[in-house]
Parts: sequence; structure tokens; C-alpha cells
Amino acid sequence: MQFDPFVIPFNIGLYFILIYVVVRSIIWFRDLSRPDKLRLQRGFFGIAFVQSLKEIFLESLIHRKILKTNLRLGYMHMSLAFGWFLLILFGTIEADIFGAKHLNAPYKAIFFRFFNPEHGRIGFEAAYGFLMDLILAFVLSGLFLAVSKRLWSGVVGMKKTTRLKTTDKIALTSLWLIFPSRLLAESFTCGAYNSGSFLTGSLGSWLASFLPAQQLAYPFWCLYSLSLGTFFVLLPVTRYMHIPTELFLIFMRNSGIRTGDKTGSFSEVETYSCSSCGICIDACQLNFSAGITNIQSAYLMKAIRNNDDVSEIAHNCLLCGRCDQKCPVGIELSPIRMIQRRLDEPGNDFKNIYKGYFRTRQTTLQEKPITSVNYDFLPGTNPEKADVLFFAGCMTHLTPAIKNSMVKILDASGVNYSFIDEQGGVCCGRPLMLAGQDKEARELINYNSQMIWKSGAHTLVTSCPICYKVFKESYYLDVEVLHHTEFIKKLVDEGTLKLNFLRKRVVYHAPCELGRGSGVYDAPKELLKHVSRLEKNKFEDENSLCCGGSLANMKISSQKRNKIAQDAAAELTKDYPDILATACPLCKKTFSSATDAHVADISEIVAEALIEPGIKKNIIKQNSTIKELVKI
Amino acid sequence: MEKFGFSISKGRQIDYEANDRRVADFIYEREPSFRLCIECGGCSATCTTGNLTKFSLREIHILIKRGENDKVREDIKKCMLCGKCTLVCPRGVNTRNIVMLAKQAFIKSDEYAV
Repeated sequence: MQFDPFVIPFNIGLYFILIYVVVRSIIWFRDLSRPDKLRLQRGFFGIAFVQSLKEIFLESLIHRKILKTNLRLGYMHMSLAFGWFLLILFGTIEADIFGAKHLNAPYKAIFFRFFNPEHGRIGFEAAYGFLMDLILAFVLSGLFLAVSKRLWSGVVGMKKTTRLKTTDKIALTSLWLIFPSRLLAESFTCGAYNSGSFLTGSLGSWLASFLPAQQLAYPFWCLYSLSLGTFFVLLPVTRYMHIPTELFLIFMRNSGIRTGDKTGSFSEVETYSCSSCGICIDACQLNFSAGITNIQSAYLMKAIRNNDDVSEIAHNCLLCGRCDQKCPVGIELSPIRMIQRRLDEPGNDFKNIYKGYFRTRQTTLQEKPITSVNYDFLPGTNPEKADVLFFAGCMTHLTPAIKNSMVKILDASGVNYSFIDEQGGVCCGRPLMLAGQDKEARELINYNSQMIWKSGAHTLVTSCPICYKVFKESYYLDVEVLHHTEFIKKLVDEGTLKLNFLRKRVVYHAPCELGRGSGVYDAPKELLKHVSRLEKNKFEDENSLCCGGSLANMKISSQKRNKIAQDAAAELTKDYPDILATACPLCKKTFSSATDAHVADISEIVAEALIEPGIKKNIIKQNSTIKELVKI
Repeated sequence: MEKFGFSISKGRQIDYEANDRRVADFIYEREPSFRLCIECGGCSATCTTGNLTKFSLREIHILIKRGENDKVREDIKKCMLCGKCTLVCPRGVNTRNIVMLAKQAFIKSDEYAV
């Protein structure tokens, strides 16, 4: 037997998806910017290719990162992906060795048992059949977990599982049908011909004892072929597109391509690589504290793929970056969300079902139009000349304790500094960027840049992580940007500042923008260790919580903000520390109203621990401030 | 006619019938906390832009609610969205979203006008 009509659905599906993926990859490659194309070409002939192969094996097949986060969920993904891969691989080898001739058509391998029903009774053939049955059992165990996860997400240790749309459900059903129908089809055939190994053989002979196996085998082979075909055809419009896309993503990422700040091939590849595993949903504080369950990154990716209106979802997020850290595929979720914030609202004729298959640059949203900016009221820039600039930032002005502590520390250190926004100053521009108004933000950035240039300083110190991030990333300055914790640490290391040891137990809360946002984890903690007894807590470094006050969320109500702050503060102050320390004025302000514990910025703690120097080095400046006060 | 340097000041009454309250409705619908504002002026007192100009978020709130949008249309672009107003607000009004929505509403109403 060489061919049977039942393989047609499978063949159609397979060739459709192969052609589709090739065409899609070519379109993605074509839409890349020129430097990215070069990067990809260089990556293809370099070490990146080998790295990618390794990563594809570890992540796309074994799902190592999911296994690390959640063993049962990881097993589910691994058994389906790796098991299916093994089934195809060993199936092809089986067809090649035991088939009538070498190099068979794919359907020969997939439906091997149908074309060779007598195969696998003795010797090596039987051993090979045992292996194939073992792999099938492996896949089926994962499938069993997947089905029970749908009914009760706690089975795999998840709190929530993703909600699906209709096409997803059809694809899911066909995916679920693939392996049971294969099992039954093989079993019936084996039952009829008295072949097969421990799984198909024994199930087959049992079924054949009371059912007409010969007649029942064919319908199940049809079902197997049909479910495979349906699954392949629906693949491009469902989340299962991540199977082929993820390979492309890994390769692009290893070649050095990054998301950037505009929509492009890479962000689209990332969007399609999301498998909706749901790890981001469990990590999201809006989910487990505030009860907002429709805005998590998995849903954002899905909404973008479906061409839905995502402005509400994109803006209702703290951008704390917890999901970014947890994503097993390594999708840069926060940058993608930022891109969506910059985009214009969709019109009415935007949605079209065919666009699911043929999503091109024309069908995606355009960037917001330039609104006339009105910051011409900004005062002239004539700052004092100084070596070190201190930019407090808007939030620090709302928490005068931090501002005063910083002035005290700077005075004590004796550096030649200038407090550039002592009289209020201008916003750094980050809040506007977080609202997706980059062009407006650019005006403020230009203003502040001029101010910093003119002062001739070599170091810029800021107390606010929000300002810190934007100074580091979006300002093109020739100065060293330091957060005040880094700066104080430097002073302490140099020996300029002498600090007492405070006998206090301190818990450190890493601010999102400083920690996950800018990667500053060690400086604040080492500084705290220097002056106090730093206690460990469950939420450290990459896993730290968000205080809920984040300026990134435009939509959340103050009650929900407060709920997040209370939950986070309760977690951090479980062991009743003397001080809940943070390095961000906004975190401090949010926590102060949410907990009874004493909340303090690191600068306050340092200022308290300060040993007053014998000689005031900045004595001239102090005199001048006193004079001003008298005038008033 | 002789000019004595006197002038007749413009009428100060608020004509709710004639005023365009669509912007206010647009914001009410999307940000219900807009209703909570008691016009205490805390936002204006702390405002970064207000420190440099006459810009006052309190005034903008009042004008939008009245439907006197002409002054707001230009004024609102001065906002830097720094978020101090949201933090000081005693009523928990999401002021940043109100500014965003107002900007959005003006863009939309401009589109319809053309």
C-alpha cells in the first residue's frame, strides 16, 4: 500500500503551513531595517547560529525556563513539544529503516502503522516499536495534564490560565485530538493484525476482543489526519504560531536584534512567539493584588495579534517589568507595551479576519500624529558652574525629607555641587514617555540637556529612579549619571563620607525603575549593609515587588493602587523590621500611606548615620543661604 | 464717540445650554474619579508647570466641567504629566488620566470639526 485518500487533509495542512512559514519569514526578513538585516546575515555565518541551535533545543523543546519556574507546567510543555518532536524524528527514521524504500513522503512516517500493519512483531522491530510507544505515552501524559489544566488550573501549579478565543478553541481541540486519535488508530490496527508494543499492542488486543478492530481503525486514521490538517491550517491565526516563530525569534535575538522603540519585524516576531503559557499572569501584581485580570502581557500579545484595540490594555500597566523577567520565551514585554502606547488609535475599518493570515506593515497601526507642543514658557538656562549636579526630580520635591538628607550628605561630602532644580525645575520627560508622548518629552529632554551641558559638570546625581532611567537611556549627555545610592556608595568607598553603624534591622525594597529598569541592585544593598543590619526577604532583586505607585499606569484607580501598596508592604514587613528602606521617593510616598512601618529612603538612613565632619568645607555656600533667608 | 478709557466687561455668566460639555462627558465616562474633585487646588499648588506659568489644573477642571473649552484646549498642552498632582490629591482623582483624556478628546473634536 503506497497511498490512501485519508492522508489528504494532513498533506494539505502540512504543505500549507510549510509554505506559509517560509513566505512569512521572507516578509519578516524584508521588513527588517538595514542594520538588522546585516546583523542577521552575520549571525547566520557566526557563533550565533550554534548558540541559537542550542537555545532552540533547550527552550523550544525541553522548555528549561518553564521547568525552572514551575515543574509541572514545564513537564506539560516539554512532553508536548519534545515528545512530539521525538515522535516525528523517530517516526521518520522508522519509516526510513523499515519502509519499502528510503526517503519517504512525510505522510508515510506519520501514518507508518497504517501502511505497515504487520510491522514490529519480533527483534529489533519490536524494540523500536516499544520506543515509539514510550514516546507516545510521554506525549499523552503531557496532554492529560493540559486537559486537566483547562478544567482546573491548579493541577500544574498555576493560579490562572489564559482565556481563549474561538479559533484558539478549535485549534486546541484539534491539537488535543491528534494524540488520542493516533493512539486509538494504531491500537485498532495493531489489534486487528496482532502487532504493536506495550501500549498500542495491549490496548489493541483488548479493544479487538470486543470491538470490530478492522472496521474501526480506518475512521480513527481519518480523524488523526483531519485533526492534524485542521491544526496546521489554523496555526497562523492562533497562539500556536509560536511553534515556528519562536525558532526565528531565538535566531534573531542571538544575532543581536533588539525591540527598539518602533513597530517592526522583530516586535512582530516577538508578539507571535508568545505561547500564552500564563506565567506573566501569575507574576502580575495587578492580577493577584488589584484583581485586574485582562491586561497581562499574554492578553496584550493576543490582542495585538488579533488587531484588537489595545490602547486600554497597553496603558493599564505598572510597567514594573516583573513579567519581563519571568517570560520563558524572553519576549521584551515592556518595550512592546511602550510601542503600543506610542501608536494611534485604530479606526473602524481596521479589523478583518483575513488580516490574521496576511498581517503586513500596511495593516498595522501608525504612530500618533505630532501635536503642537507648548513648552515655550520654560525659563532660560543659566545654571551655576559645578562639578557635580544634583537633580532631585519632581517626586523628591514631594518628599522633602529625602531632599534635605541629600543636601546634608552633599554638604558633608564637600564636593563642589549645584542643586539644579532647587526652585522646582522641569520634569525629566519620563512620565510623558510612559504616556506614549515621546515627541513632547523630547522638548523637556532638550531643555534639561542644555542646562546640564552649560553647567560643565562631570557627574549628575539624581534621587529619583524615574529620572535616572531617562537620563541614562534617552539623554545624550557627556556626564556620568548616578543614582544617589551609587553616588553615596562611591563617596563611602573613597572615604569621603564617614558613617556610623545604626543598630537597626532594615528591609530593602528595590524600586522597579532602578532595579529591573536600570539594573542597579547591588549599590543600595551594599550601602544599607554598611550602615545597618540588612534583612533578607522573599522578594529580592529581579523578583522584587512594585509599590503600585508607578507613573506608568494611567488607568488604575487610587483604591487599587493602595491595595497593591498594602499587599506589597505587608509582604516586605512580615518580620517587623525597624525600617522599610527604599531608594525611590515615589515608592516611599506610596508605602508611607499603606503601612504602619517606618518607611525611609536610603539617603535618610545615611544622613542619620552621618558623622559630622569637623570642618565644614562648603562653608561659603551655607553662608549665602543664610543671607537669603534673612532677606525674606 | 468720546473714549473715556472705560470698557464694558464681558459677561461672566456660565451658559450651560450653549457650552460644549462633550469633553467633560468624554472624561466622565472613561475616568469616573473626575467627579470626585472638590477643587481644593492641591494639584495647582504642587504643579511643576504651575511653578513656571499661570497654568492651573484646578482651573482646567472647572472649565472643562463648565464646558468652556477654548482656554483649556491650548493650556492643557503645557502639562508635563509628572504626576505630582495625582500624589497630592486628597480625593484620589486620577489627574494624569484626565489630562490624557482631555488631550485625546480635543484631538477627536478637532477631527470632527474639519
